[in-house]
Amino acid sequence: MEIFLDSFFNFQIMSEASPLLIRGLGTTALLCLVVIPLGLIGGLTVALMALSRSPWLRWGTIALIDFFRAVPPLVLLIFIYSGLPFADIELSPFTAVCVGFFLNNSAYYAEIYRAGIESVGVGQMEAARSTGLKKIQALVYVVLPQATRNVLPDLLSNTIEVVKLTSIASVVALQELLYSADMARSVTYNSSPIVMAAGIYLLILWPVVRMLSNLEHKVGK
Amino acid sequence: MDTPQPILEAQDLRKSFGTLEVLQGINFSLLPQEMVFLIGPSGSGKSTLLRCFNRLEEPTGGKIIFDGVDLMSPDVNINTMRQQIGMVFQQFNLYPHLSVTKNITLALRKVSKKDSSEADEIAREMLKRVGLEEKANAHPDELSGGQQQRVAIARAMALEPKVMLFDEPTSALDPELVGSVLQVMQKLRDSGMTMVVVSHEMRFARDAADRVAFMSEGQIVEEGEPGAIFENPQQKRTQDFVSEISR
Ligand SMILES: Nc1ncnc2c1ncn2[C@@H]1O[C@H](COP(=O)(O)OP(=O)(O)O)[C@@H](O)[C@H]1O
Ligand SMILES: [Mg+2]
Repeated sequence: MEIFLDSFFNFQIMSEASPLLIRGLGTTALLCLVVIPLGLIGGLTVALMALSRSPWLRWGTIALIDFFRAVPPLVLLIFIYSGLPFADIELSPFTAVCVGFFLNNSAYYAEIYRAGIESVGVGQMEAARSTGLKKIQALVYVVLPQATRNVLPDLLSNTIEVVKLTSIASVVALQELLYSADMARSVTYNSSPIVMAAGIYLLILWPVVRMLSNLEHKVGK
Repeated sequence: MDTPQPILEAQDLRKSFGTLEVLQGINFSLLPQEMVFLIGPSGSGKSTLLRCFNRLEEPTGGKIIFDGVDLMSPDVNINTMRQQIGMVFQQFNLYPHLSVTKNITLALRKVSKKDSSEADEIAREMLKRVGLEEKANAHPDELSGGQQQRVAIARAMALEPKVMLFDEPTSALDPELVGSVLQVMQKLRDSGMTMVVVSHEMRFARDAADRVAFMSEGQIVEEGEPGAIFENPQQKRTQDFVSEISR
């Protein structure tokens, strides 16, 4: 029992590792601040493309969505970081992660937005168009606010997944939270920093998960 | 040249969905301040015809002339034209996320480019005309069906259209709420609004309409004054339909 506590809950080691972990948390936060908005914007754009009247654009977009949803994000990331240099495209770990997440997130957010837009009856678009609004105005002022509201729980839930998924950035040596924790672990030969990282994720995500649960409850009614 | 010019005209108007020809060469003309009822069995193409008038549906052939302008011409700005052709839908189609006032002012602000205070003033005026001033800040889901439809009428009226199109405006309403909507339409009619109404409210048609057109299978089979169509229809199909709905 003592050995267990010593290797997983060693507060001495945790406090020594904390500056490193806090720096890692900063990188994770920065990563989230970049990839979440990028994914939301990319996803909305892609969703609108997937609902376009032009069949080429529509099917092309849907094929891309399917592709990026089917490729495991880890594989995608390694390909971008280690594969692209063979095509003379070399990206920093941070940029590589942002590109990978942009492609992956846009596809997921796009599917959510698409479902949201389709959940708004066609009558809304028609009513708006009948008063002279352009299609884009009808989308912005009438359809998208309702669409977003209808899929808010899914958007939030996907965002939680994204935050958790940023830990895969550790494979390209980006010093985010998990990478920092693992570094501390290998230096101290002790797993407590990993437990500490898990605790930090939990601390940050738990309120969001709670909020989501409340929201789902409300929308479900 | 004494005869007044039609405000809205359809010439040999055609619309197909795939191989199904829903409008088979419609000729129709509407004079200023006229109120015309469009009746006919379900699926005969009434909604499609109405929706072609503001090009919510793209005709596959023929012409629509609105106020002297060929609506099918490529250099027509359909959005400006649509402001002059109000439309009221069976399901009201109010924007559920916006207040009653915002429902009315959206197009005023975004298309007519009026500032908020002017748009709000117009909304207030329109709500007064449909008897719902006190609902200015309510949301659509707080209103009865009849009230929602009156707001929808106010939304269309706010743009000062030259013609208003009504697609079964009372069919989705509980019977006790129909009267309030018809009353508003009667008032509009009295104010000289030009209207095309798809509706089977026979009594209202008889009282208010200048003309009734009977549609069947994508054609206007017969048209005339309400008395003539309802009491003395000439065509077999009209007779069958009228006796059907009079029962
Ligand atoms: N978007 C559409 N696609 C295919 N068929 C349609 C569409 N809209 C209407 N129709 C068909 O056109 C015919 C006429 O419909 P509609 O104009 O709604 O008739 P009404 O309003 O007189 O009941 C019907 O057979 C209907 O099924
Ligand atoms: Mg209809």
